[in-house]
Amino acid sequence: MSEKGLQVADEGLEDIEIALLLDGVYRYYGADFREYAPASLRRRVREAVQREGVESVSALQAKLLHDTSCLERFLALLSINVTSMFRDPAFYLAFRTKVVPLLRTYPFVRLWHAGCSTGEEVYSMAILLHEEGLYPRCRVYATDMNPVVLRRAREGIFPLASMQEYTVNYMRAGGKRFFSDYYTAQYDHVIFNPALKANLLFSEHNLVTDGSFNEFHVVLCRNVMIYFNKTLQKRVHNLIYESLVMFGVFGVGNKESLRFTPREKNYDVLDAGNRLYRKVR
Amino acid sequence: MNKLVVVGTSTGGLNALQMLLPALQQEFSCAVVVVQHRGKEPGSQLRDFLQRSSPLPVKEPEDKEPILGGQVYLAPRDYHLLVERGNFALSTEAPVYFARPSIDVLFESAADAYGETVVGVILTGANGDGARGLAKIKSAGGTAIVQEPASAQASAMPEAAIAATNIDRILPLKEIGIFLSDVCHQRPRGELK
Repeated sequence: MSEKGLQVADEGLEDIEIALLLDGVYRYYGADFREYAPASLRRRVREAVQREGVESVSALQAKLLHDTSCLERFLALLSINVTSMFRDPAFYLAFRTKVVPLLRTYPFVRLWHAGCSTGEEVYSMAILLHEEGLYPRCRVYATDMNPVVLRRAREGIFPLASMQEYTVNYMRAGGKRFFSDYYTAQYDHVIFNPALKANLLFSEHNLVTDGSFNEFHVVLCRNVMIYFNKTLQKRVHNLIYESLVMFGVFGVGNKESLRFTPREKNYDVLDAGNRLYRKVR
Repeated sequence: MNKLVVVGTSTGGLNALQMLLPALQQEFSCAVVVVQHRGKEPGSQLRDFLQRSSPLPVKEPEDKEPILGGQVYLAPRDYHLLVERGNFALSTEAPVYFARPSIDVLFESAADAYGETVVGVILTGANGDGARGLAKIKSAGGTAIVQEPASAQASAMPEAAIAATNIDRILPLKEIGIFLSDVCHQRPRGELK
């Protein structure tokens, strides 16, 4: 340390420890978080240090590398983001009025929900497409990097306590029926109507390391890239651009935009406030 | 070095901000980042409301937006707002003590990114959010300011902050504005690196 007359790096010790941990996790397990946005990543690493009951980030690194169950908990901590059904109702309303008419022109529609977490927004989209009479000719590919959240998404079981909030969101999103038509309550949870799952395909896909896997008419990637740094964001923007058909629709989160991305010029704005874009070149 | 001012408030915060913001005149050179606890209700009414009393432009930052001096940034509803070196970042991690945006999340990230250049301000509020974040700002060498509890509409938040760390100044609202203007007076405006 400095009191012993040694030169101490400008970079904080914790920054170095986090970088080493991420490098280790990548080299040993192939899970790549090296280009995640630093502030929220740091929060989660600190939370993992606490939850695992270890003394430091370096100690967490040792535990992660020697104990795969620790890695699983770490992956869950890094990938669960708390969302809700019909999050930002205005987005779904805009999707109904501005995107649905475009989709009606296709005989078959492929949608990709990238980074679907526990699936709340996927079921919301399934309900919307169902009400618009489009669902039978749609395939919704819902992907996430984490198999644990995908399992939960596949089940379609959500806490009953959230339904009041979701019902309000549903109505604001232009819902046409009673929200309770779509689920059955049991104890403190609800299970969504299995018919909604008919055309949902949940599968593992990592935006950081995996490539494009199909051509889509719609790609939704909302509040996912906020966890990436600018370099990684650019790469994912390229990946999504390559995965869209010409005139395909791209939707991002309310506080994300295509400004300063390399693909901005390739899209027209379909709805500025609700962050809906259309690939035009 | 330009300061980064972070402000946290909950109950009573609208009135308090309405009094504080007019003190930050156009020549104010620092960036001001505000977390006001708010519901998930859509709409930009809060920003519009604050703009009416603020000589500086008030905006809700987008993800990765650069941090500029002479601006007031308001944490958007239903997101945590974090500060990184040079830019904002947003997150939908779980609410912290029922709050998203959370004051602690903003303050801790500011302390991590900007250390001694951060001025943390806790105003009126009815819960303990912000206390931990303010302590973090202090331990990173920054400055801690708290609204005098007796003059706050709700005193729990200032009291929790005072109990959590060594506060540099405990001031009535009006003097907080003067103090901030003093700290940020006549420095060239620019992008925070």
